[in-house]
Amino acid sequence: MIKVEGLTKSFGRQKVLRELSLEVPTGSITVIIGRSGGGKSVFLKHLIGLLRPDAGRILVGGVEITGLRGRALDEIRRFYGVVFQGGALFDSLSCHENVAFPLREKLRTPPAEIAKRVEAALAQVGLEGMGAKFPAEISGGMRKRVAIARALVTEPQIVFFDEPTTGLDPVLVNTIHHLILDLHRRSRFTAVVVSHEIPEIFEIADTVAMLHEGRIVEVGPPAAIQASANPVVRRFIRGEPDPSEGH
Amino acid sequence: MPERPLSPALRPFDAVGGWTIAVVDSLGRFGTFFGEALGAVVTPPFKVRAFLDRINFIGYRSLLIILLTGAFTGMVLGLQIYLTLVRFGSEAFLGPAVALSLIRELGPVLAALMVTGRAGSALTAELGIMRITEQIDALTVMALNPMRYLVAPSILAGLVTFPLMTAIFDVVGIFGGYLVGVKLLGLSEGTYFGEMQTFVDLNDIMTGFWKSVSFGVIVTWVCTYKGFNVGHGAEGVARATTQAVVLCSVLILVWDYFMGSILQ
Repeated sequence: MIKVEGLTKSFGRQKVLRELSLEVPTGSITVIIGRSGGGKSVFLKHLIGLLRPDAGRILVGGVEITGLRGRALDEIRRFYGVVFQGGALFDSLSCHENVAFPLREKLRTPPAEIAKRVEAALAQVGLEGMGAKFPAEISGGMRKRVAIARALVTEPQIVFFDEPTTGLDPVLVNTIHHLILDLHRRSRFTAVVVSHEIPEIFEIADTVAMLHEGRIVEVGPPAAIQASANPVVRRFIRGEPDPSEGH
Repeated sequence: MPERPLSPALRPFDAVGGWTIAVVDSLGRFGTFFGEALGAVVTPPFKVRAFLDRINFIGYRSLLIILLTGAFTGMVLGLQIYLTLVRFGSEAFLGPAVALSLIRELGPVLAALMVTGRAGSALTAELGIMRITEQIDALTVMALNPMRYLVAPSILAGLVTFPLMTAIFDVVGIFGGYLVGVKLLGLSEGTYFGEMQTFVDLNDIMTGFWKSVSFGVIVTWVCTYKGFNVGHGAEGVARATTQAVVLCSVLILVWDYFMGSILQ
C-alpha cells in the first residue's frame, strides 16, 4: 500500500500541494483526476521520488521514502515502473533496445532471456515485430505502448502512469486504457494513473481521487465520484468552468 | 503572516543579497555536479559503450573542423611570422616560432574552442532535450544513475579526446606553416624543421598537453551541467546551449592565462 500523509509542496510562493493525504490500496488501479496545472504531475513526481516535499510523508509498503536518498531510494524504485507523459523513450535506442534497457542495466538479465522477454513485452502491447524501429519512426500511440512495455518488462509491483493518453485520438485513448486494464488483470500490479480523460478513465479505475488546488477533495469508487455532490467534482466531470474564474 | 514591504533604502541591499545567494547557490550546485560526476567516473560499473560513443561524438566527429582550422591557423602563422621575421633577417626562426605558438598556446586554445562550438553545444542540446522529454527522469526512476550513463562518459571522453585533437591541430598547423614558409616563401626545409628541434622541448609539449587536458574537463563539465539543468521547452534548451558555449569560451581563455602563468 502507498500511504500519503499531509504532503505539502511550494515552488517559490506558489503552493502546489497543500497537506495532501491519500491511500492507494495494493493491487488496485487508483486514478488521480483533476484540472491541468492542479498539481497531479507534481504529486506523481513525489511518489516516484523525483521531488522532495516541504512537509508530509509518503510510505511505500510501510517504508517512508520522503527522507530516502541515493541507494536507499533506488532500492524502493526497483519495485517501480513509470510511464511518463511523453513516453520518455531514449531517442538513440530502438524500441527493442528501449524495452531491453532496464533488463540489461537494472536487472542484469542474461542476453538470451532479454531477447525473449522484450519480444513478449512488445507482443503484449501489440507491437510484435516493431522492435527494430526507432522512437522517431513510430506514431505517438505506438510510443506510449513501447513506454508501457518498458515500464512493465521488469514486472514491477507498482506502476505509475502520468497522463498516458495525452495527445491521442479517442480510439487510441480507449486502446491504451484497455491495455492498462488487461495488463493489470494479468500482473495484478498496483497502478497509480494520473489522467483527465473523463469519463473514459472511470472504466478502468477501482478508486478515483479528485485533486483540486493541491488537495484531494474526494476519493471513492468511480460510481461514487460520478454521483458526487461536491460542486468541484461535479463541475470537473461535466466539463463546466469554475464560476469563480470568470471569462 | 504577510511579509512587510521593504523600505526603499533597503531595496538595493536586498537585491545584492539575493544576487549573491543565487550566485553562491549556483556555484555550489556546479561544484556538487562535478563531484557527483567524478564519483561516477572513478567507481564501477564503467559504461564502456557510452564512453566509446562519446569519443566518437566529441572527438572523431570534430576531426574535420580541427584539420581545417589547424591547417589555416598554421598557414596564417607561417605567413605573418615570416613577414615579421624577415624584417630582422631572422626568418630562420620561422619553424620554432610557428611550433611554439601552436604547441604552447594556439593549439590547445583553438582546438578547445572549435570542439566547444562543434561538440560542446551539441552535448548541451542533447542532454537538454533528454531533460525536457523526461529521458533523464526515466533513467533515475529505473534506479540507474544518469551521471554514470550521461555525464561520466562525456568527461572521460573529454580527457582523452582534447589532447588528441590538440596534437592533431598542432601537427597540421606546423605543416600549414611549412607549406607557406617553405613551399611558398622559399625558406629551406632543413632550417624550418631543424631550428624547431633546437627550440621546442618536452616542457613546451607538456604545457600544451596539460592545458588541453584541463580544457577537456572544463568543456565537458560545463556543457553537461548546462544540459542537465536546462530550463523549460525549446527556449530553455536554446538558452542553455548559448550559455554553455559562451561560458566555455570565456573559461578556456581565462584558464589558459592561469595555466600559462603556472607552467612557464
